[in-house]
Amino acid sequence: MSEFLTFTVLGIVYGAIYAITAGGLVVTFTTTGIFNFAQGAVGMIAAFTYWQLWQGWHWPLALALVVVLFIEAPLMAIYVESQLMRRLHGASVQRTLMVSLGLLVILVGVATLFWGNPDVIRTVPPFFDNTTTGAIGSVHLFGANGVTISDQQLLTVGVAVVVAVGLRIFFRTFRLGVAMRAVVDDPELVAMSGAKPYRISQMGWALGFILAAVAGVLIAPTQSSGLSIQQLTLLVINGYAAAVVGRLRSLPMTFLGAMLLGLVSEYAVGYLPGHINQNVVSVLPTLIPVLFLFVVLLVIPAARLAAAGRLPAHLPPRVVTMPQSLLGAVVLIVVGTILALTVGGAALQPLTQGLALGIVGLSLVLLTGYAGQISLCQLTFLGVGAFVMGKISGGDSWWGLVLAVVVSGALGALVALPALRLRGLYLALATLAFGEAAYFAFFNNNVVIPQGSFIPVGRLRLPFMHAVGDRADMIEVLVATALCAVLVGVIRRSAFGRRLVALSDSPAAFATVGLSASRTKVYVFALSAAMAGFGGVLYAGQPEAIGSNDVQFFGSLTLLLFVAIWGMRSLTGALLGGMTAAALPVLESHLPGYLSYLTGIVAGTGIALLGKSPDGILGFDWLVAHFRLPFSDQRDDPPELLPSQDVAHAS
Amino acid sequence: MPADAAALEVRAVAVRFGGVTALSGVSLTASAGEVTGLIGPNGAGKTTLFNVITGLQRPDHGDIFMNGQDVARKGPHRRARLGLARTFQRLELFGSLTAADNVRVAMESFGGSSRAAATAVLERVGVGDYAGQNVSSLATGSARLVELARALSIDPKVLLLDEPCSGLDEHETLALGELLRSVAAEGRAVILVEHDTELVFRVCSTVYVLDFGEVIASGPPEAIRQNPLVQQAYLGQAQPHEQVEPADEVRSADEAGS
Repeated sequence: MSEFLTFTVLGIVYGAIYAITAGGLVVTFTTTGIFNFAQGAVGMIAAFTYWQLWQGWHWPLALALVVVLFIEAPLMAIYVESQLMRRLHGASVQRTLMVSLGLLVILVGVATLFWGNPDVIRTVPPFFDNTTTGAIGSVHLFGANGVTISDQQLLTVGVAVVVAVGLRIFFRTFRLGVAMRAVVDDPELVAMSGAKPYRISQMGWALGFILAAVAGVLIAPTQSSGLSIQQLTLLVINGYAAAVVGRLRSLPMTFLGAMLLGLVSEYAVGYLPGHINQNVVSVLPTLIPVLFLFVVLLVIPAARLAAAGRLPAHLPPRVVTMPQSLLGAVVLIVVGTILALTVGGAALQPLTQGLALGIVGLSLVLLTGYAGQISLCQLTFLGVGAFVMGKISGGDSWWGLVLAVVVSGALGALVALPALRLRGLYLALATLAFGEAAYFAFFNNNVVIPQGSFIPVGRLRLPFMHAVGDRADMIEVLVATALCAVLVGVIRRSAFGRRLVALSDSPAAFATVGLSASRTKVYVFALSAAMAGFGGVLYAGQPEAIGSNDVQFFGSLTLLLFVAIWGMRSLTGALLGGMTAAALPVLESHLPGYLSYLTGIVAGTGIALLGKSPDGILGFDWLVAHFRLPFSDQRDDPPELLPSQDVAHAS
Repeated sequence: MPADAAALEVRAVAVRFGGVTALSGVSLTASAGEVTGLIGPNGAGKTTLFNVITGLQRPDHGDIFMNGQDVARKGPHRRARLGLARTFQRLELFGSLTAADNVRVAMESFGGSSRAAATAVLERVGVGDYAGQNVSSLATGSARLVELARALSIDPKVLLLDEPCSGLDEHETLALGELLRSVAAEGRAVILVEHDTELVFRVCSTVYVLDFGEVIASGPPEAIRQNPLVQQAYLGQAQPHEQVEPADEVRSADEAGS
């Protein structure tokens, strides 16, 4: 009985923290229409600042709390709203998602800059030091076999209740709350009624950030092994799951989902049969929220196809022609070969892996650039491809390659299947859940890859050639990358390619001309995952190994961002994105410490650009007008150069 | 086709959005070879009805039959494969593609297609010159015609048109009226939602009037024109013998405002 009560109390306490952060997600989403992927990162920053002020600089607790919750969080929110989010109203899910993911990367970069030193253990004590303050200490309930609840736990649950009740009253009763609910639908209409729409969405962001900070501050004392940037950032996935229970709209359902998740997690870990492998037990706390999210995505009602009635305001890139892409391929191979034969040995690994990541980038062009579907687990497919390759007949066989591609492709289809009924954001969340589950349960599992170790992966043996060494390997990868780029161009010009673009442009029209969105999504997910798996074989072939560090969620995310920054619909953009993702860590390791968050700076600059040019750097008008890059997709001629419409009608 | 099976039959469809009744017990029949009109003030439920017919909106009640076959449980793409096509009041073109490729995507879903075949359909509706042009650079009127071409290209048995004339000038509207008649004459059922009542009365054999989600009148154009309920709900204060033109609505609105 006592055991059960203990788990229940712990479940409710964790549920309360999830509820607060998820409540913030829902508030921001309902007032701005943007799902803030950086919600966890905001909480993480708050937790670290709280530690810094209170423990690091010995400020009074109350002052530290006020600064973190009511100065830092709202100021961050106002800055983020004005610099990044304001111009995103009415933008596609894809773009808003990229920007909030970029914010996540920036915040992680900032945290690494200040608190990146792993040698310092940062633990935060509970609010009340019972020995000195004479606070209530703890409450004992249900008699001798009952349970002891600490004042910190009581406080956490109390704060959650206050937040729940407060939000409900605010949104139902207050004029500002009602206006906040209205602004997401039609800011112009709200403006006509005298309110300032951007002020209102600033409020939405500020409220969301404050709630994230509250959750961060409450969760800090529970991190007994010290605050971790990654762990705190990922805690938000638990928040995602709860928010999805509320379908990103309903606060009561979100709070219910959070409590459910808290309880399920505690009971599952607490009541696990004793004979279960310790490796499984250790990953459960991280795995359960992810599985919970996956299950919730399976059971929430299907999204309706709605006619959005929106045409993109900018001209899309013109499709690259076969001669253009062949020329691009030749240029790439020639330049790359010269590099391969001349650069120093140390540069070969990032260059080769950058090319392989370019192939994964090309898989994103298919999936996200053309079809408008978002995958946050592309490096998982890379890892699967490399793993399968490594495990089949010596790790360097053609059979291994074929199987690697087939298995990754099949897995891609499998990931898409449960989320087919869903669109945009939910599908992205499903891929995130899958990537995390694969990481915790598989790649980061001692049984599969021993801690700190690698799975050996060989390089392909080419027929009729006896090319050995890193330079030959780079040239092989170079040719493969060029061929993949040409292949993606061929796909884009085919009927299937037109279909992908159509699905992205108007899902409603797509269905009403007799096309099945579900089938097309499965195909494109499978194709894209297969290509990522192929990239994985080449990626792991360079160092002849694959480890869990190669397939982290954060890597999938930064690669996606870099491709988006260069140009998500451009083959050149994919290659440059892959190269950037491979080059930055190398650059960072050669730079002085204070510049080591370069990834964050680049991502930040990039997403600021994305607000201006949805087609990325390669889509900038002056670039398109002045340069013809290999593989580059040129814009259509401007409309005024075409015969005037009046003339055309009269004829 | 058996004489008793209408190309499209809508039976007692009801849709509620929260507390708002969008459609209540709407029934409608459209026959092959005819253009059927659907008119009503803004917010009467015309587009919602189209969404229900095409499967984009699930009704709370009611049945949809195409050529006698119950399609209410089928998804939008399955209904399209049975020969249902539509255009949208707010454009739903594939904005990254050329006009010809917009049509080709539709044709390819039913089998092969070629640029020439796509261009032929565009020419039929009068926008052949724009075949190679990106649709996001087209004027609204032309873009609507590309949508019409895309819908026609799947050789539909039932064609739903949601305000195809907005953005067109007088000549183009006249030409479109002729086109709709010839499209219907090929044995298709055409349902036309349009604010240009002159066009509706000219080309339709039957007209339905929707107001506050209910059918308040239906019948041949002449009877609808004379129907006092319709005049009250939709056509403004015009006298029974007066020609009703959209300009009248604008004028009366101006007068009311002054």
